Amino acid sequence: MSTTTTSKPTHSELLTGSATAENRLPGWHMLLTALAAVLLAVLVLALFGSVSIGGVLVLGYGLHLVIGYLYSRVREGRRWAADRLVTMLVYGAFAVAMIPLISLLWEVLHRGIVRIIGPIPLQFWTMDMAGVIGGMDTGGISHAIVGTLLITLGASLISVPIGLFTSIFLVEYARYGALKVLGRGVTFLVDVMTGIPSIVAGLFGLALFITITNDPGIRIGLMGSVALSVLMIPTVVRSSEEMLRLVPMELREAAYGLGVPKWLTIVRVVLRTAIAGLTTSVTLAVARVIGETAPLLLTVGALPLMNANLFEGRMQTLPTFINSQYRSGNAVCNSDVMTNPITQIDYACSTTINYDRAWAAALTLILIVMLLNVIARLVSYYFSPKLGR
Amino acid sequence: MAQAINVEDLNIYYSEFLAVENVNVTIQPRSVTALIGPSGCGKSTFLRTLNRMHEVIPGAYATGSVEIEGANIYGSGVDPVNVRRRVGMVFQKPNPFPTMSIRDNVLAGVKLNNQRISRSTADELVESSLRGANLWEEVKDRLDKPGMGLSGGQQQRLCIARAIAVKPEVILMDEPCSALDPISTLAIEDLIHEMKQDFTIVIVTHNMQQASRVSDRTGFFNIAGTGKPGHLIEIDETEKMFTNPENKQTEDYISGRFG
Repeated sequence: MSTTTTSKPTHSELLTGSATAENRLPGWHMLLTALAAVLLAVLVLALFGSVSIGGVLVLGYGLHLVIGYLYSRVREGRRWAADRLVTMLVYGAFAVAMIPLISLLWEVLHRGIVRIIGPIPLQFWTMDMAGVIGGMDTGGISHAIVGTLLITLGASLISVPIGLFTSIFLVEYARYGALKVLGRGVTFLVDVMTGIPSIVAGLFGLALFITITNDPGIRIGLMGSVALSVLMIPTVVRSSEEMLRLVPMELREAAYGLGVPKWLTIVRVVLRTAIAGLTTSVTLAVARVIGETAPLLLTVGALPLMNANLFEGRMQTLPTFINSQYRSGNAVCNSDVMTNPITQIDYACSTTINYDRAWAAALTLILIVMLLNVIARLVSYYFSPKLGR
Repeated sequence: MAQAINVEDLNIYYSEFLAVENVNVTIQPRSVTALIGPSGCGKSTFLRTLNRMHEVIPGAYATGSVEIEGANIYGSGVDPVNVRRRVGMVFQKPNPFPTMSIRDNVLAGVKLNNQRISRSTADELVESSLRGANLWEEVKDRLDKPGMGLSGGQQQRLCIARAIAVKPEVILMDEPCSALDPISTLAIEDLIHEMKQDFTIVIVTHNMQQASRVSDRTGFFNIAGTGKPGHLIEIDETEKMFTNPENKQTEDYISGRFG
């Protein structure tokens, strides 16, 4: 603290005091201190004989917290120094948060893209695995894509109406007296359902269909849809409930005041106003279940062929495909060429083919989820309330 | 078209809590009745019982009778939806439907009820309702723009247009100007003057100047204390209420000695 604290500062002193823009240094000073910190980090690490990019970044960042702060403290004063320090911490936290996300996307992208663009571009998405064995450099996931889409669609068709109607009940009807008590009970059960492990949902689907059909070996796509809907319903209920509660009471009253019955008010005003949020909540619920593996292994099984019938026979899905391919590990190549025993076509042999397929299928799964998100965004954009003039 | 409202022995409850006790009043047709009183005295609550809007709140109900055209709207077998088609309402905060254009907001009473309406009839209804709400000239070139894009005062007049488009007999207004600036307030007060040719209007207001400007009759609600029910203390010609009220409480409130 300087002399300004002892005597009352004049107006001009207040304007030129320690924390005004005048003391603020241009941004390149911070670049210089950052450079100094990085150089210092390199030197220190070189002393220990282990210079690496990660090490330099981490140590350089830590050193810059100190160097940058002290430099700013001396040149700019205490308040600007605090500002610099907190800014660096916030950026650091942001960078740390981005690391897993970017590295995950990068890994999946650069490992997965190989199989999608080669050896024949997009053949991976149009073929299935019929007759593909060992290290054969061919095969695709069209059957798994179709299976995943169908089973998830089935799960959505079951969950969205149940979830949406439940949330409508909770928000619009369970408001007073006995219904309110019932609503609390429903909310509690939904919360419990949110915590159900996915394998338990799978067992539920399995047990349910075995009970109905009395066939312990039954595996059909619909069972997967039912198992996934057990996981999906609570997500849909809770998020749609939030969205419906966001619709202002005034809008409902405005509709009632015009002589609109309650059910039409819910359909035409409440749901219509909340449609953007509801779409997002359904998309999030789909994204939550589309990558589920365990319940599908139990209920749907696996199949190397295309089966687009939800109601009969095993189906392949992307998560179970990834699982089985990755578990197969490296293929054994006794010769350079492998022949399909049925079609008599020759293929090259690749030892890493199973891993390549797994990564490519993972990339495909991510792309599907991204596509769903884009569609949801578009729906939100076109249906959300417009405020413009 | 406009109808008188006969209220007898009306008690209004929120669950067990008696909010307004024993209201007996006749509201004249083709006139403006203003309701004034301190906050929490039950004037808005009373207003909302006149179109059975009160019971929208969980646990709320009313006993007694409210007769419009000789029929008790609290009688058994009366559908509140039909009551609300005949008794329209304008709220404190302008609340146009955010997903609808100006035109669709005016037609909301028709469209939300899934009624079929020809294009030309709809156009006529939109124009006559917006003219009736003194908004036509300001919005006629942008009927397809969102209703939320209007200013607060315009939004409130849009809500009035929406209310008159369903052709009610009575229009209830719950502090319609409290969120508006003086110029918009004036526009709405002028509108209320014109509307009383066709409608029975009941308006709740905190602004006593407004009550004296717009109303033919004024009712004064008061409350004895927190937790006690509100009462209709006095209702009379507006001029008499503001110059020579019969009840001491009314005089104290109007002259600013309390509340």
